[in-house]
Amino acid sequence: MLFEALTLGLGYNASLVTLGAAALGMAAGVTGTFLYLRKRALVSDAISHATLPGIAAAFMLAVALGGDGRGLPVLLLGSAVSAALGLLAVQWLASRTRLTEDAAIGAVLSVFFGFGVVLLTVIQTLSTGRQAGLEDFLLGATAGMLRSEALLIAVGGLVTLAIVVVLRRPMLMTAFDPSHASAMGVNLTRTDIAMMGLVMAVTVVGLKIVGLILIVALLIIPPVAARFWSDRADRVVLLAGVVGGVAGWVGAAFSATAADLPTGPMIVLAAFALFCLSFLLAPGRGLMAAALRAASFRTRVHLRQGLLAIANDQPIYETLTLRLLARRGLALPDGVPTEAGRAAAARARLDEERWAIVRADPSLELAAARYDGLTPLEDVLTVDQISEIDARRPAPEALA
Amino acid sequence: MAAELQLAAAEGRRVAPGDAETAAFAVRGMTVSYGPKPAVFSVDMTVPEGSMTAVIGPNGAGKSTLLKAALGLQTPLAGRATAFGQPVTDVRDRIAYVPQRASVDWGFPTRVIDVVAMGLYREMGLLGRFGARLKARAADAIARVGMAEFADRQIGQLSGGQQQRVFLARALAQDADLYLLDEPFAGVDAATEKAIIAVLKELKARGKTVVAVHHDLSTVTEYFDRVVLLNVRKIAEGAVGEAFTADTLRAAYGGRLAAADLPGAVHAI
Amino acid sequence: MNGAEFVSLSLPPIVIGVLVAVTCALPGNFLLLRRQALIGDAISHVVLPGIVVGFLLTGAVATWPMLLGASVAAIAAVVLIEAIRRLGQIEAGAAMGVVFTTLFAGGVLLLEQSDTSSVHLDVEHALYGNLESLIWLEATGWSSLADPAALAGLPPELFRIAGAAGLVALLLAVFWRPLKIATFDENYAAALGLPVTAISLGLVIVSAIAAVAAFDAVGSIIVIAMFICPPATARLLTDRLGAQVAWSVALAAIAAVAGFVLAGYGPLWLGGSDAVSAAGMIATVSGVLLGLAALVGPHRRPLAAQP
Repeated sequence: MLFEALTLGLGYNASLVTLGAAALGMAAGVTGTFLYLRKRALVSDAISHATLPGIAAAFMLAVALGGDGRGLPVLLLGSAVSAALGLLAVQWLASRTRLTEDAAIGAVLSVFFGFGVVLLTVIQTLSTGRQAGLEDFLLGATAGMLRSEALLIAVGGLVTLAIVVVLRRPMLMTAFDPSHASAMGVNLTRTDIAMMGLVMAVTVVGLKIVGLILIVALLIIPPVAARFWSDRADRVVLLAGVVGGVAGWVGAAFSATAADLPTGPMIVLAAFALFCLSFLLAPGRGLMAAALRAASFRTRVHLRQGLLAIANDQPIYETLTLRLLARRGLALPDGVPTEAGRAAAARARLDEERWAIVRADPSLELAAARYDGLTPLEDVLTVDQISEIDARRPAPEALA
Repeated sequence: MAAELQLAAAEGRRVAPGDAETAAFAVRGMTVSYGPKPAVFSVDMTVPEGSMTAVIGPNGAGKSTLLKAALGLQTPLAGRATAFGQPVTDVRDRIAYVPQRASVDWGFPTRVIDVVAMGLYREMGLLGRFGARLKARAADAIARVGMAEFADRQIGQLSGGQQQRVFLARALAQDADLYLLDEPFAGVDAATEKAIIAVLKELKARGKTVVAVHHDLSTVTEYFDRVVLLNVRKIAEGAVGEAFTADTLRAAYGGRLAAADLPGAVHAI
Repeated sequence: MNGAEFVSLSLPPIVIGVLVAVTCALPGNFLLLRRQALIGDAISHVVLPGIVVGFLLTGAVATWPMLLGASVAAIAAVVLIEAIRRLGQIEAGAAMGVVFTTLFAGGVLLLEQSDTSSVHLDVEHALYGNLESLIWLEATGWSSLADPAALAGLPPELFRIAGAAGLVALLLAVFWRPLKIATFDENYAAALGLPVTAISLGLVIVSAIAAVAAFDAVGSIIVIAMFICPPATARLLTDRLGAQVAWSVALAAIAAVAGFVLAGYGPLWLGGSDAVSAAGMIATVSGVLLGLAALVGPHRRPLAAQP
C-alpha cells in the first residue's frame, strides 16, 4: 500500500495531492532558504496565522453575495489578502516603533489568529455556516477533497515552484549580500516583496494540505536541514528544495495509506526526520562530526600547551593535559617529562620561535594569518623559507 | 611564553612568570576557542597590585575574550584565572567588570541611577533595601564620572560617552579592588576620555588595580604603566618602557603596523 | 442580566480571564526585553502534545497528569531549541520553528491515532479553549461569595490559575533584581556571580507554568497574545521597567474584561443572537490596544542610534 502511494498508485486525487505536496515542499524549501538566510524564518509564522481572518471573511462575503462560500479559490484569495495585511503589520510595527521584529511577529500572529477565531464563531452561528468546514484550514485536510481542489493545489504548487526557479538568482544574491546585490543592479525592495509574495503563495497553496499552523514547518525545516550539508548558499537552496520535496512526497504518500495519518503532520514529521539525519550525520556541521572535531581539537591544544610548558620548565596545571601527555608517553603521570617528551617539547618550542618571527614580519603576513597555535610551520612554509627564518633566530647560547 | 623568552633573550634580560599568589590578577595557560581556531592560546599574564595595565593587540587578537574567559563569562578550553591569589569566582566582591558599551541594548527601560545601583547588587541581595547609605554610594559614583545631573535620565537618551561613564560609575559603586575594563575608550568624546582616565588614575592612586583592553596605541604611554601585548599568544608583558617597543609591536601587529606607527611616532591602528 | 446571573455566568470567566492574562503578561515583559517573545509562542504550541501524551499515559482526562505532561513538553521544547541553536549553530528563530512545529505535528498525529472521541480533547479546544463554559452553577447571587458551600463549586480552573498567578507574581517579585540585571547586561550579571543560565532557564520555566495553567483554562491562542501584546503595548507607553510591568498587568486585565464583555454582548448590540469566542475577542482587543499605542504611545518611536 505504501509502495502504491509512493508511486502514485492510489487514485487520481491522492496522486494529485502527493504531486502537489511535493511541488509545494520544493517551493517552500527554496523560498524558506531565502527567509532563513535573511534571519527572518519566523516571519512566515505571522503570515500563516494571519490567513485565518481572511479565510473567514472571504466566506462571509461570498455568502453575503449569495454564493455558498466554500469555493476554494475565493477562500484562498481571502487568505492571501489578510496574510498580506499581517505582513504589513509586522513590517510597520518593527520599523515604526521600538518593538523588535520577534515581538511584532508574535503580536500579529496571535491577534490575527484570535480575530480569525472570532469570525469563525460568527460563521458557526450563521445558518449557512454550520458545515463550512473552515476548521480544516487549521490543520489541513486532504481526505474527501474535490477533484478540482486537488487540481488547484497541484497546479498552485507547480506554479509557485516555477516562479521560485525563475527568481532564484536575484533572491539568492539579496539573501546572501544585500549591498552587493544592490550594486549589481538588483532592486532590493522588489526582491523582498517577491520573496514575501512567494512565502504567501506557499502558505496559501499549503493551507488545504498542511494547514495554517504547520505550513511554517515547510518553510523552516528544509533550509535548516540543508544548511548542515553545505556552506554555499546556492547548494543550500537546492538541497532545501530537495528536502522539502521529499518530505512533501513521502508525507503525503504515507498519509494516503490510512485514515488516521493526517497529511500535514505526516509531511512535517517527514521533514523533521530529514532534519534529524542532517543534524546528526552531516559531515562538517553535523553533530557527530563536530563533536569528533572538538575532541581532537581539545587534545591538540592540551598537548601543545603541555609541551610548551615542559620546554619552558613551567608547571602543568591541567589534569587533562597531564593525562594526555602520559598516555602518549611524553610525560610521567606526575608531569615529569620523558626523553620523548623533552624532544617533542624542544620541537614545539622551536616551532613557536619560528612562528614568532613569521608573525612579526609584514612580508609574511599571509603565512602569519594561518597561525593558530597548533599548526606546525612546516605545513605553511617551504623548507627553504624555514631555513631562512632559522637564520634570523637569535644565537642558541643567548637562550640559555 | 616562547616568544616572550625569545624577545627577552634578545634584549639580554630574563622574564620570570611572576607569582600568581601575590598578584592582583593572574592568568595561567588560558586557551579559548570559538571555532576551529583558538582566539587566545596558552596565555599567561600577571598584574601586580596597584598597577594600571593596558591589554593591547590588533583586532581579533583575543583581548576581550581573554578578559571574559578570566571572569568565567566564557568557558576556556584550558587555563585558570586568579585574583589576589584566589580563584576569580571566590573573590567576585573585589572585582568590578566594565563590559563593552555596545554589548547591551541601551533602549532598555531604565534610568542611569538604576544601572549604577546594579553595582550594589552583591550588597543588597535579592530583597535588601536600597537604603540611604547605598543610594549615597550610587550618587557618589555617578558624581565621580561627572554625570550627577543625569542620574534620573533614561539611558537611551545618553550619548555614547555618557553611556560609557554610566558603565564606569556602576563599577565604581562596587568599590572593588580590581577593575577590568573592556575598551573603555572606544567611541567616546574627548571630554569623556579625559574624565575616565582621571577616575582610573585616581583609583590607582588609592592602590586599586586597573586592567583595560585598549586599542589606541598613541595613548598607551600616557595612560598606563604596564602593558600586555596580545595576538592570540601573549607577545610581551611588562612595564610600558620595556615591553612597549618597536620589536614587540611588530611581533604583535605584524604586517598591520607601519613603520611610522612605532613608539615615538605611534598612531591608532 | 441580574446579579445572580452575573455572578454565576460571567464573574468566574471574567476573573479567570483576567488571571490568565496577568499570569502570562508578567513573564512576557522579560521575554520581550530579552528578544525571546516567541518563546511564548513556541511553548503554547507544544502544550498540545504534552497534554495528549499525559492523556495517553494515564488513559484518562485527569487534570494533573495532563498539566504535568504539558509542563514537561514545554521544558523539553526549550531544551531542544537550545540544543539545536547551540550545537547546530542555527539561528534561534529557525530552531524554534523546527521544534514547535514538529512537536505540534506529533501531538496532532497522536491525537488522531488514539481514541479520544469519548473525551473532550481536540485541537480546536486546545487552540481556543472555552472560557465561556467556566461557570459557577452554585452561585445564587453576590452573597454566594461569602458562602463556603457555594464557593466550593467554583470551577477548579479558577483555583489553578489563581495559584499559578500567585506563584508567578511571587517569583518575579523575589527575583526581580537578578532578572533585571541579567536581562539588561548578561555579561555584567555573570561577572557579579549571578547564575545567568539558571536565570534564563528559570524565566522560561515560569513562562511554561503560566502557559500551562492558562491553557488549562482558556486554550493557547490567548496565551500567546497575552505573553506578547500587553508587554509590547506597555513598552510603548513608558521608559521604566517597573512602570512597564504595571502597565502590562493593567492592559492585560483591560483586554480580558473588555474582550469577554464584547464577545458576550457585542453580537447582541449588533443585532446578532449568539456570543462569539471570548478567547479570540480578548486577543483581538489586546491587538487593538497595541495598535493604538503604536500610533500614539508616548514612547513608541525607535531609539535613534547613539553616537
